[in-house]
Amino acid sequence: MDDEPTTEPQAAEPEDAAAPPAETPSAGAAVQAAPAPDPHGAAGAGRVTMVIWRGDEGGGDFATYELPAQDGEVVLDVVHRVQATQAPDLACRWNCKAGKCGSCSAEINGKPGLMCMTRMDTLPPGEPVTIAPMKTFPVIRDLVTDVSYNYEVAKRIPPFQPRPKTADEEAAGGYRMAQIDVERSQEFRKCIECFLCQDVCHVIRDHEENKTAFAGPRFFARSAELEMHPLDTNDRRELLRQEQGLGKCNITKCCTEVCPEHIKITDNAIIPLKERVVDAAFDPVAWLGRKILNRTTRSAREAAASSPAHGPAAVQPGTPVSGVPAPGGD
Amino acid sequence: MVTKEDTIATPVVLGGVRGGPTNVATLRKDRWWVQPVTTVTVLTAFVAYATWAAFINKDYYVGAAQHRDLISPFYSPCLTGSCVPGSHPGTVLSWWTISPALLILIFPLGFRLTCYYYRKAYYRSFWWAPPACAVADAHNSYTGESRFPLVMQNVHRYFFYAGLVLNTILTIDAVMAFRQPGYGIGISVGTVVLSVNAVLLWLYSLSCHACRHLCGGGLKLFSAHPIRHRVWKLLTPLNSKHMVFAWMSLVFVALTDVYVRLVASGTIHDAGFHF
Repeated sequence: MDDEPTTEPQAAEPEDAAAPPAETPSAGAAVQAAPAPDPHGAAGAGRVTMVIWRGDEGGGDFATYELPAQDGEVVLDVVHRVQATQAPDLACRWNCKAGKCGSCSAEINGKPGLMCMTRMDTLPPGEPVTIAPMKTFPVIRDLVTDVSYNYEVAKRIPPFQPRPKTADEEAAGGYRMAQIDVERSQEFRKCIECFLCQDVCHVIRDHEENKTAFAGPRFFARSAELEMHPLDTNDRRELLRQEQGLGKCNITKCCTEVCPEHIKITDNAIIPLKERVVDAAFDPVAWLGRKILNRTTRSAREAAASSPAHGPAAVQPGTPVSGVPAPGGD
Repeated sequence: MVTKEDTIATPVVLGGVRGGPTNVATLRKDRWWVQPVTTVTVLTAFVAYATWAAFINKDYYVGAAQHRDLISPFYSPCLTGSCVPGSHPGTVLSWWTISPALLILIFPLGFRLTCYYYRKAYYRSFWWAPPACAVADAHNSYTGESRFPLVMQNVHRYFFYAGLVLNTILTIDAVMAFRQPGYGIGISVGTVVLSVNAVLLWLYSLSCHACRHLCGGGLKLFSAHPIRHRVWKLLTPLNSKHMVFAWMSLVFVALTDVYVRLVASGTIHDAGFHF
């Protein structure tokens, strides 16, 4: 993984007289000693207490930082102030501070969310704010996690396969699509790949072993986008059922709850995919209809043939490896 | 030479060390447990009441003796030989000797049990998989709905079809309730209750995800099927309120049974008027 933990401290801000002096940066997983928190864990008036996970693959613990409160801040602002004034070695990813790059995903008071889109004044006043890295992915350092699992899953999604152009389209120079046919899948294009939905999904969050056979909500949304595309000709239903674990999803809608782009992942992507899988694999009337009309469903192997990750691979849980299993046969 | 077209495997660590504490189920500080507790309370109360009402096998029909034609939704259509006179369109199963409600309730039970909303509700609140978002799953292993018996959730659309038949029958019941034997046409609290019940059940059924898929959601090209696209567009706003309709219809169907039961047993009088 090339991603170095991004630590980009802002310019130091003036601390008020009561602020503790900056700590000397410690190396590696060392736990940043906290400037004495108050006995109840809450900051006094006009101050905020941040309880931030510090550590790496060697282990770690929460460290407490107390800062003066400032109006109009989001959690990421305060984390940057911690970096600037007390813990210059605190690692966190961020980029746009506008909820569009999907970098600053973390768990704020236990809830997955973007630090840049979580206003401090929406959190319980007077209580410490807990910030932990996304739990589903291996930690690199502090708030930075290794999300490469998602990139490997992305390679297993069979890409867009447009139908051939008609003679009219060839003459016109390109495809022609009706607005009502393309607008449904536009919702999924809003995804910023923050991977909060993947983080909160209990199928992999609480069951590591499922990572080898579960695409996750972000990639179900991607498959739904392709399946609903008016030009796409691939049929991913058997692949979704047999190789990508669509049946493991028990539609508890946590992915929808945490999506910062408010994509209705469950209602508009996962459940429609589940219904399409029912058409392909579980509905005897639909099966009969296909037989009568001489239509076939594409097997998982056929659907996966065009995906970039197609090919033999194996993953043993607990072992760092390259790649995750490519879709096999049905 | 490596080109950008080559797929370069990214090292993926499975089973790597995760950040955050390992010894707590969640770091959430809000009252995440309120929702599962409420769900367990309401669903348990409903199941207990519905079971009692289904087995009690009496006081489910208000007939001509009270100048009414009100039947509980738990017992309609009443198809067995043991049905109260006047409550049934005709005996279909004369050999069925236990409560006729048991014949009927299997369909709405199956419809709600396999409903995408209720699945969320009971997986969270009863099975704790997970109890709430970012709260640890209560089970060591998990296969979801990919194996028997939960793979049977995929029969949902067939219970939806059965639900449409029952909704039609309950709608006919509500219309027929406006006939007041001996008086003519009239309106009473009972007719309003049955009508509202039928409307809520229709809203619940029409907002169903399977319904939305079957009516148009499964299409690749809306432009080739303009009528189905229009139906899909009509159903989509309803679908976003499926949870609301699920709870409203669940509670009201029980209240409808309670009302009919109270009138049938003579506990209260069905107030109304006739033309």
